Amino acid sequence: MSAGDRAVPPEVSLLQGNQACARGAIAAGCRFFAGYPITPSSEIAEAMAALLPRMGGVFIQMEDEIASLAAVIGASLGGMKAMTATSGPGFSLMQEHVGFACHAEIPCVIVDVMRGGPSTGLPTSPSQADVMQARWGTHGDHPAVVLAPASSQEVFDLTVGAFNLAEQLRTPVILLYDEVIAHLRERVVMPPAGGLPVQQRRRPAGSVEAYRPYAAADGKIPPLAEFGTGYRFHVTGLAHDERGFPTQDPAVIGSMQRRVQGKAERHRRLLPPAERLLMDDAEIAVFAYGIAGRAAREAVRAARAQGIKAGFFRPRALWPFPDDEVCAVAAHVRAVVVAEMNLGQMIHEVARASRGQAEVVGCLRADGEPIAPEEILAAVETASRRGAGAGTSHG
Amino acid sequence: MPADHRTASEYRRYLRQEMMPHILCPGCGHGIVLGALLRALAGRGVDPDQVAMVAGIGCSSRLVGYVDFCTLHTTHGRAPAFATGLKLARPELAVIVLTGDGDGLAIGGNHLIHAARRNIGLLCVLFNNQVYGMTGGQLAPTTPSFQRTATTPYGNLEPAFDACRLLTAAGATFVARGMTLAPVPLQDIMAQALAHKGFAFVEVLTECPEYYGRYNRLGTGAEMLLAQGRLPEAVADRLARKTFLPVREEGAGAAAGGQVRPGLAFGILHREERPELTEALRAASGGARG
Repeated sequence: MSAGDRAVPPEVSLLQGNQACARGAIAAGCRFFAGYPITPSSEIAEAMAALLPRMGGVFIQMEDEIASLAAVIGASLGGMKAMTATSGPGFSLMQEHVGFACHAEIPCVIVDVMRGGPSTGLPTSPSQADVMQARWGTHGDHPAVVLAPASSQEVFDLTVGAFNLAEQLRTPVILLYDEVIAHLRERVVMPPAGGLPVQQRRRPAGSVEAYRPYAAADGKIPPLAEFGTGYRFHVTGLAHDERGFPTQDPAVIGSMQRRVQGKAERHRRLLPPAERLLMDDAEIAVFAYGIAGRAAREAVRAARAQGIKAGFFRPRALWPFPDDEVCAVAAHVRAVVVAEMNLGQMIHEVARASRGQAEVVGCLRADGEPIAPEEILAAVETASRRGAGAGTSHG
Repeated sequence: MPADHRTASEYRRYLRQEMMPHILCPGCGHGIVLGALLRALAGRGVDPDQVAMVAGIGCSSRLVGYVDFCTLHTTHGRAPAFATGLKLARPELAVIVLTGDGDGLAIGGNHLIHAARRNIGLLCVLFNNQVYGMTGGQLAPTTPSFQRTATTPYGNLEPAFDACRLLTAAGATFVARGMTLAPVPLQDIMAQALAHKGFAFVEVLTECPEYYGRYNRLGTGAEMLLAQGRLPEAVADRLARKTFLPVREEGAGAAAGGQVRPGLAFGILHREERPELTEALRAASGGARG
């Protein structure tokens, strides 16, 4: 396709979420994939194995998930946009290197297609039980950027968004969806090359001697040189100074910890916005994400048809948690119904952010089946019947 | 091919002198290993901008902080996996993995054998001091049987790994063993390993007087170093009594003790030609990579 071509139409295709993820990654400029087979994420690896060699990229199947994320970090330091994809058990193994990538500030994208857990759990069934693992799975204080798409189209869009955020913030970004989204085939509109906003990491421009890979003197994300370009520097998982060398200086460590931990929080404006529906006069709000969000949207419409003033709030970015938005939602509703496919994880965050302004009730399901609109509708009806309740209850 | 010892003396340019003093204990053999590697690089006139050194966790892995290359100090045992990703992204770089016996053969054993199997163009130098030094002298998968460590106060009941045989079996296309007592032959081994296309593995016997030596009353670092000179006999003794390595001798002579040959071979132990992974990938994709 030459530069002279104008108005190249977008490609429209019927794609599984996992296929849309691979296409989004390629569109975002990802040229390296390392992974280990695991249901229900394997189609991402399979698609990347087919696509990457044709575009000058590299696909490699590693010996385990620990090695997969290690190779991704190594490739990213080599200057390639890189990703891996897995499911809960593999995501657990990757946590060691999620922390490394956070601490060493290496951009990369990790897809976790959630299945039933714990342990081997339900390999071919959906769940949303990794939302806390995505936030707190690795040890130590660290930033977390976690996006939760709810359709094949959104998987495509947010995969691009995940790479952009990873490059802009110099941090791993986690794309979190479940087995239903992974395998559901839907229409996906993919803009032609050049039709998407694609971000690149900041690279150093100054002298080799003056390069400080961990200095954010101007308040920006520090530039990251790639290995082999003349900027010789040190990368470590140890607490380090601005040059990247180990330090035990409490003042240096303290400020580095705060800067790195706060990266996601300070850049909320870059996160994808939440979806809101019928919230203006809502008395009952439904908070849901991913596939549960789609069921919740239907439930809210059904509730409205019955005359219940229900509204819908679906964060596309789960972490950093939308504290202010949830607080504002809670301020003008009687109750918030949290619908999620686990035994209660984000509900605690909703309760915390609601600050006691609204009753918080759960509509929880953790049996390998997707949550149904009828279940959420029933929870909304119950909350509506209870009338103006005070306080907060979980479960 | 012997290394160029004149240019090799310029190895100091590869050191981050400002990071000295280093954290290694008095008598530790690791500096000898690093010195041999850096002399080999200097002897080949290697541009430091074209070298990336990747290490795991442990005393030997900390050495990457003191060398003026692009250096990546990773997680425990995972250096070969990080190095694999880096080499795939930048095949033109000389990617060198530094690892220890615990790092490379226990927690990272899986990554090491798979890197060898892939024959990806990495040089992996394994510092074998038979113990976990960084954490205070605990049992390693290379600790000889019956030897004492912090976690084997009554003597180790497990046999040790022979790293070179393991890596040969895994598919490494260059396998060698050196010792700190013989730094010049070690430098030659390093030079040949650097010239090798494919996965090169160099195990170096080094000494930890601070823990392994102290727990087993092996003397000072210098005494432990000199003891390497008696290694054939010492190894023969271990073979007979302590199964440091599997006995290769056939027949009853080995058990009788009189005919036991040294089981610990030194020098280049294995070399073969096999397609290197990044080159194979480039060929398979029709040279699509830039």
